[in-house]
Amino acid sequence: MTVSGHGDEHDPEFIVSTDLAPVDSSPEIDTGVDPEDEGSSGELSPTRLAWKRFLANRLAVAGLVILSALVILCVFLPVVMSLEPNAVDAAQFRKGPSDGRPLGSDSAGRDVFARLVYGGRVSLLVGLSAAFSATVIGMALGAAAGFFGGFVDGFISRVTDVVLSFPTVVIIIIVAAFAGPSLKVLILSIALFEWPTACRLVRGLTLSLREQESVVAARGLGGRSLHILRRHIVPATIAPLTVVATLLVAQAILLEAALSFLGLGVPPPTASWGNMLTESQSLTILESMPWLWIPPGAAIAVAVLAVNFVGDGLREMADPRQQR
Amino acid sequence: MLAFIARRLIISVLVLFGISILLFAMLRWMPGDPTEALLDPLSFTGDREAALADLRRRLGLDRSLVVQYFSWLREVLQGNLGYSYVDGRPVTEILGDRLGATVRLMSASVFIGLLVGVPLGIIAAIRKNSLIDYFSSAGSLLMISVPSFFTALVGIYVFGIKLGWLPTSGQNTPGETGLLDSLEHLILPASILGLSLAGPYMRYVRSSLLEVLSQDFLVTARSKGLTRLRVVGRHALANALIPLITVMAVQLPALFGGAVVIEQMFAWPGMGRMALDAVNARNYPIILGFVMFVSILVLLSNLAADVLYAIVDPRVRTGQEES
Repeated sequence: MTVSGHGDEHDPEFIVSTDLAPVDSSPEIDTGVDPEDEGSSGELSPTRLAWKRFLANRLAVAGLVILSALVILCVFLPVVMSLEPNAVDAAQFRKGPSDGRPLGSDSAGRDVFARLVYGGRVSLLVGLSAAFSATVIGMALGAAAGFFGGFVDGFISRVTDVVLSFPTVVIIIIVAAFAGPSLKVLILSIALFEWPTACRLVRGLTLSLREQESVVAARGLGGRSLHILRRHIVPATIAPLTVVATLLVAQAILLEAALSFLGLGVPPPTASWGNMLTESQSLTILESMPWLWIPPGAAIAVAVLAVNFVGDGLREMADPRQQR
Repeated sequence: MLAFIARRLIISVLVLFGISILLFAMLRWMPGDPTEALLDPLSFTGDREAALADLRRRLGLDRSLVVQYFSWLREVLQGNLGYSYVDGRPVTEILGDRLGATVRLMSASVFIGLLVGVPLGIIAAIRKNSLIDYFSSAGSLLMISVPSFFTALVGIYVFGIKLGWLPTSGQNTPGETGLLDSLEHLILPASILGLSLAGPYMRYVRSSLLEVLSQDFLVTARSKGLTRLRVVGRHALANALIPLITVMAVQLPALFGGAVVIEQMFAWPGMGRMALDAVNARNYPIILGFVMFVSILVLLSNLAADVLYAIVDPRVRTGQEES
């Protein structure tokens, strides 16, 4: 790994305009396989230290456990149980919880528990893939802006400003309404409007990394821009970026839920936690059929809370200055 | 300072152009034709295709995108945001009608957000690692994590249906104009939107105050024999709360997004609901007008926050400020 810790004395004036204070954590930036990791005798390696910090944060660990449990349940429950999320049964119209159906059935007589599990698959999938895409877009644009500077930087920074001053929810509603609700549109539109946070972070990091000796040396040796970006800049941004990516996952799950709730996200009959709640805008359901709206709402809350706990833990892990 | 404001204003205008071009292109490239939504296929009889073409021509939709954009821009620069496709009313007039309700909802939410978030953040920072800190930190994450439409459902269920304390729809009881009545209608939607703001505010105040408290001049103040309360009240708070201005400005777009959902659920006659209706009816002029209005507001408030920030905090040097 090429990015090493001798950084700060060289460039005293870098002002990184991010709230994550990334530069001082240069030992942790090294995320690859750490040779010190094996056979560490007494002295803890940066990676081990970071893990210790993460594990010491009880909420973060709880979040990780809950999140893993949710993912495992949503992925594997349909494998071991026979769940029919889309089987319509008129005889079961809005029936309360019973033996065969622990969470009752909805207005089309479908099994609410089955829909909750399958909806979880969709909601988590949208959250993860939208956040991942947004992070990748942000990373690419941010690295380009920070590395090339000048016109490229100016242009990308202005575009970031434009996207940041959009009311994102409104814009995504517009896109979703016009392009017609579908999973693809949903993931893409969340990604297209949520990348600026990642972009700003990576731009700031790149600005300072660009001046590091390793990068200067690589350039002096004739390394091409793309090679330097890939080998020296991008790997060093991954660790701080995971914090932002985690928070984007939470954001994306919430956005999916809100859009599906308004009928502009995941199209029926596919279940998602958000569109399971659409019906509960009716007062009858809200008043007398709590099994229809409490489980999906609670599922969203628990999932997002868990992701945010993990994100907080990662933030403290990446930034040792912030003491608890 | 003036040069700084001028520079920022110029950039803001450029950004506004960018937004309008992007949005214009987006609206026109999307599948879906506004004229289709205007002619009700059930009640309309006669030559539908001819009527659609006629409508497109009258609305100016048959011209090229560039021509449409510039004719729109020319009108906008003269203060005319266009006319609603549905009833032909000027967009500025429609926005004006809806503005009051939204401003009322948002300012009440921000007020509630500050009322809850700031004291919690201060207590959590002063009693760091105490039970209070633990609970309010977890509580603020909860406020951030629970989607506001679910909080709204719970709120309507508990306070509207079960307890019957608060009305859950509209700004007023029809026919009533009393202050008490409007306050009753306001309290539930504003608290729900406000709680989603309180979470970020609390976290921000806590970490900002913690940082200030660890600085040298406060250690000195403590060692001089000043009481903890005095140190926090006199010295630390002022320094810790200034950055909150920026946080509030940065959150404005998200607040508009939240308002769309809350206005929809509480049948609140504000701009968010108007925007949602306009999107469903493919009413381009209203969508454009609304997004431009919000963008201008966001840019101005960001600028105002920066200026205010520079005024109250002399350490901020505006001369070499960059993005």
